[in-house]
Amino acid sequence: MTQQKYRLEPLKTWTKAKELRREYYRNFLEAKEKGGIRYAGGTVAFHAVVAGLGRDVYNLTGEPYGATCAFMEPFGIAAQEACDKAGIPRDLCAYMRNYWGSILLDKFILTDGKVISGWPKPDFFFTIHMCCSHAKWYQFAGELEGSVPLYAVDLMLIDPRDDKERFQCSIDYATQQVSEGIEWMKKVTGREWSFDLFCEAAENEIASRSLWSKICAYNQAVPAPLEEKSMFSFYVFNTICPHWKTSVDFYRELKDEIEDRLDRGIGAIYPEKFRFVNDCQPPWAFLKIFRFLEEEFGALSVGSLYSLGFGSWRLGEDGALLPAKTFAEQGIDLRAMKREDAVRTYLEQVIKGFNGGPVFQTSRIKVELMKQLYKQWKAQAMIIHLNRGCEGLSLGQMQDKLELTKEDIPVFTYEGNMGDPRDFDLPRIKDKLETFMENVGATRISQGVT
Amino acid sequence: MIDRFSDWVSHRHEYAKEWKKRVGGKVIGYFCTYTPEEILYAADLLPVRIFGAHEAETSIVEPYIYGMYCPFCRDCLAQGLKGKYDYLDGIVIAQSCLHMRQAFWAWQKYIPHEFDHYLFMPHGIQNVGRYEFLHAELTRFKGALESWLGKSITGADLNRGIEICNENRHLMRQIWEFRKLDTPPITGLEAMDITMSSQITDKREHNKAMTQLLKELPERRLDRETGTRLMIIGSENDDREFTKMVEQEMNLPATFVIEEHCIGSRYFWNNVAHEKDRLMAISKRYIDRPPCPNKDWPMRTRFSHILGLIEEYKVEAVILMQQKFCDPHELDKVPLERFFNERNIPNYFLEFDVTQPTGQFRTRVEAFLETMLELV
Repeated sequence: MTQQKYRLEPLKTWTKAKELRREYYRNFLEAKEKGGIRYAGGTVAFHAVVAGLGRDVYNLTGEPYGATCAFMEPFGIAAQEACDKAGIPRDLCAYMRNYWGSILLDKFILTDGKVISGWPKPDFFFTIHMCCSHAKWYQFAGELEGSVPLYAVDLMLIDPRDDKERFQCSIDYATQQVSEGIEWMKKVTGREWSFDLFCEAAENEIASRSLWSKICAYNQAVPAPLEEKSMFSFYVFNTICPHWKTSVDFYRELKDEIEDRLDRGIGAIYPEKFRFVNDCQPPWAFLKIFRFLEEEFGALSVGSLYSLGFGSWRLGEDGALLPAKTFAEQGIDLRAMKREDAVRTYLEQVIKGFNGGPVFQTSRIKVELMKQLYKQWKAQAMIIHLNRGCEGLSLGQMQDKLELTKEDIPVFTYEGNMGDPRDFDLPRIKDKLETFMENVGATRISQGVT
Repeated sequence: MIDRFSDWVSHRHEYAKEWKKRVGGKVIGYFCTYTPEEILYAADLLPVRIFGAHEAETSIVEPYIYGMYCPFCRDCLAQGLKGKYDYLDGIVIAQSCLHMRQAFWAWQKYIPHEFDHYLFMPHGIQNVGRYEFLHAELTRFKGALESWLGKSITGADLNRGIEICNENRHLMRQIWEFRKLDTPPITGLEAMDITMSSQITDKREHNKAMTQLLKELPERRLDRETGTRLMIIGSENDDREFTKMVEQEMNLPATFVIEEHCIGSRYFWNNVAHEKDRLMAISKRYIDRPPCPNKDWPMRTRFSHILGLIEEYKVEAVILMQQKFCDPHELDKVPLERFFNERNIPNYFLEFDVTQPTGQFRTRVEAFLETMLELV
């Protein structure tokens, strides 16, 4: 029997994360009973801007809702089949299909798997548009639900590293649109918009993103204190409510816990024999492939551009990925600015720190970031999920593979679907994974822990 | 006369190579019709749209493009990788769908060329700031071309570019008027050859050919029955075989009298209006043109445009064609079908790939015409 070299311990914040997520969906569901407002939109939808409408404004972000549907496999399949029946093409964004499918079923699923009858119609949509689907998603959702007004911000993800002046143009364009969007929201809700509430929410959002980046950065340690399957349950607050104080408080607590684990040498799995970096959203109905790699090979995913992408990052002089600073750490006081300047500063901070940008706009920068992640997080391979459910994040993946392979980075690709459980061949993918792991020299746990 | 257009389409590569030799200029390939050709003409370049070849074998793209990307973008890249476009000096894309962006990225990285440019064309064509943002992008594009070519593009050059393109659009609109007639003297296939060839030849030559055609059209009589007046709507449609099959090989006569896709009418429908700031005028033209579905939000402007065409061209039935995996058009599929069904406009959906099952499509289209139009 091999001696255990470090301890494992359940995460104390785990239960809290589940409770907070449940509360988020409940809030949306029950918003009208509280006299509040419901709105829906994409994950990166500048939520702090909408927060200016009041503390009783609750949102539903489409992508995480679609992921929840997929994770609850039977409901996900029912939603997908409702779309099939309605003639909606099967290869469209699988999150969007889960969302549309839920409307068609007139059902809403909570994170504990409870299905509620009656789809909670939002009062309006506020979203961004950066892939082909975002604005079109809510355009059609509004038609299905019946005349829900939509405002979508056309987001140009220009990387400042490529062209600073062009980047500033894109921020000007986004600022103009968001400023107009504020007036639009006032009109459709009949409410005033509070600059103070916006500033508070913007500070929360930037703090939440920065804290999540710090947590992700701790995973460079060996053993890694987190494995990505658990990270999926934690990053979610930055996809649903990064602008809430509860999210900041939660991430602070999680960060403290991870620091404590690092101090005491507690790893995420034992044995940690092999580290890899993942790419793209996972197949939510088949997260068991992560467990399979852990249990068979002691292999864990230390992160991905996707999971890290919900933080906020900056690059060090040596190209290292570093957590971006909060407004307070940068000495920025939004309240001292005029409204448009504050909006611009907030947008710039969100967009600049968003690693998801390069994924859509330049193949070169994505590859550079993947290489950096691989090196800095001390990985031994890359596993790329060729995601049939998301044309956006599968953009450039084959090129990424080519470029990474040129650097002698072992790359494994498998095909699946983040949101449609029907698009996954578990036995075949397990077989392929086993072959890959054997080829890269990973030994099975059953062969002994060294 | 009309054969000239189809000849250009069939021999597009030979044409471009011969043009280079004859004129001594550079040729630039573009990936989407949101690319401002006016600026390319102003720079004395020959813009050619990159098309596929409908060859069954496109496995050459597998290492570069994921299989769930549309056959059109894969076919385009395949032609580049096979060296069919080896005469291109540069490439440009005006931001459109993710699939064409992928083809552009791979071309940019793996196919030798002198110049490339990614033009951030706004998607929010109904949003505040759109004209100004595109204006800045056009300025940047013009500057990039000037640096590459080592010469400045003057206001007079831009005027020339605008005139060439506007004349081309104007002439095509005049030809399209003939398609409104009860017995159109021009088929859908011929119309397709005219627009396709406009995208791959020097428009000055193309304009001359269209001017000549316009003289002949009033007297032109086709030895065929017009049959059902069809409209085709959808993604890029450069599939001549399908068009030919519908118009020439079915038992039931039919003619495509109008189309709404970016190889057809969407490409040339509006002109650049006169404005002192020429780049702003160009910006407005591209923002205000009939939109690609992925830019048609939050309000749906595309459907009313389609309805207008149906009425003007006396369309009796619509074929909705769509490149497999084409998200922008898939996103409009169900709403558009509903739009037609609510108005009792017969419509039929077909999914296209690089090559088509022509026999099967023939049966399906014939059955559609029989059942929807109660012809038998």
